[in-house]
Amino acid sequence: MSELRELYQTTILDHNKKPRNFHVPAAANREADGYNPLCGDKVRVMVAVGDDDVVTDVGFQGSGCAISTASASMMTEAIKGKPVSSAMALFDSFHDLVTGPPLDEPDTDGVGKLAVFSGVREFPMRVKCATLAWHTLKSALEQSGETARTE
Amino acid sequence: MSFDPYSVRGDFPILRRTNRGKPLVYLDTAASAQKPQVVIDAISDTYASHYANIHRGVYELSEEATRIHDQARAAVGQFLGAAESREIVFTRNATESINLVAATFGRSQVGAGDEILITNLEHHANIVPWQMLCREKDAQLRVAPINDAGELDLEVFETLLTERTRLVAVSHVSNALGSINPVREIIALAHERGVPVLLDGAQAVPRFVVDVQELGADFYVFSGHKLYGPTGMGVLYGRYELLEAMPPFMTGGDMIETVSFEKTTFQPPPLRFEAGTPDIAGAAGLHAAIDYVQGLGLDAIERHEEELTLYGTKRLEEIPGLRLIGTAASKTGVLSFVVDGVHPHDLGTILDTEGVAIRAGHHCAQPLMERFDVPATARASLGLYNVREDLDRLAEAVREAIRIFS
Repeated sequence: MSELRELYQTTILDHNKKPRNFHVPAAANREADGYNPLCGDKVRVMVAVGDDDVVTDVGFQGSGCAISTASASMMTEAIKGKPVSSAMALFDSFHDLVTGPPLDEPDTDGVGKLAVFSGVREFPMRVKCATLAWHTLKSALEQSGETARTE
Repeated sequence: MSFDPYSVRGDFPILRRTNRGKPLVYLDTAASAQKPQVVIDAISDTYASHYANIHRGVYELSEEATRIHDQARAAVGQFLGAAESREIVFTRNATESINLVAATFGRSQVGAGDEILITNLEHHANIVPWQMLCREKDAQLRVAPINDAGELDLEVFETLLTERTRLVAVSHVSNALGSINPVREIIALAHERGVPVLLDGAQAVPRFVVDVQELGADFYVFSGHKLYGPTGMGVLYGRYELLEAMPPFMTGGDMIETVSFEKTTFQPPPLRFEAGTPDIAGAAGLHAAIDYVQGLGLDAIERHEEELTLYGTKRLEEIPGLRLIGTAASKTGVLSFVVDGVHPHDLGTILDTEGVAIRAGHHCAQPLMERFDVPATARASLGLYNVREDLDRLAEAVREAIRIFS
């Protein structure tokens, strides 16, 4: 049961039930769609980036499991107000956090509240759920125009 | 001798292991069945004692291997009630069998403006090959609708059979819902108009007796791994006159008569469709699996799974907020469901930590999920080795998931 509690921490359950920034930001000037063909989860991430390259607003839409919904929700909170470069760096830290070897102590430095996702590494099949919104954010920020895929 | 699920469990070594530290409850047989020791032994015994390439050597070992392969084909023919064993083509799986028919029968018989009729509850394997064929030939793919219980609407189905219909391709049993399609009626309606019928029997042959001649099926496909046999062994049954008229699928060794650089002539069926060295040990494993289920008795297996399906349905229906998807009057042991406020993948993970292995997802049937307006379902599917206690643990684990998410 402990691994499960680790995965479904209260914070994750809360963000799943009440996703933050689940809306279309009025000033959004970049967006991308994400799709996980394995499970059909879909997400759209919309970002407003100011002239100073700071993420002034970010929102998401879509449907998915608790892990993917909570991940998208907490991602929006984590990057709002940050420079694009910091958001991209956070992508890397988050990716390392959830894909690290299950037995290693997770490196939670610099990921803040996102540390609650460290339990995902125990469930390799669920890594894609946790990273879908992040891949989509990356596509949006890079303005690649491509649908982000977890495959 | 009566069928005792508690004693047959002993035939399956994997059921002795744990899943995330809990005794394994395997409820994903519709995806792939576990293997009894006799199947595992048949495969290793072939490699250990009888192995060589077939149809080539003049030595004893090659004769033995050839006999093993031939006997497996004969066993499959008898199992399906085929008129003769040369109507049985070995493939890798049901998917390859359908692709074979699409690429040979389909390419030679379907032209511009023609139609292929399928249903709304098909597996992607019985959609995409026909879709590709229709695109290539500028033909139309027609889809017969189902009702809210997951049953085919035969009246509408009949209206979709036109003079342009060249083939009907329908699953015998739905993999996602368990609905048993009215295949006798489907075949009767199609044959009245001279249209051949392909049945995807992947979910049917492990669960009840299938007799292709009695059904009147023109093509019938299944996968060995869902019948408690090995992966890599699929079957295509085709009426001989249909197979005989079909061009080759893949080409190479074993399927030719004579080859020169100017011209090649091909073997008659079934070898025409079996290029290259086949899965010889896999054929031995499939033969053993057929002997195994026939030894237990498919009628007994069917009764056991029916009883368990009713029990499992009752246990799941008691859970507030749970909705079963697929409630056909005639169905096999597939319990597909959604739970309010808990995504199927989260359910799958929570059940996993309780030792309960189920499938969560779209079950390779996205158009069907769309029909029921759900992104995915959780699916518990039964095999001959399941017992009531497995369904009790399923229900308890679902309740635990609801507690976590409440």
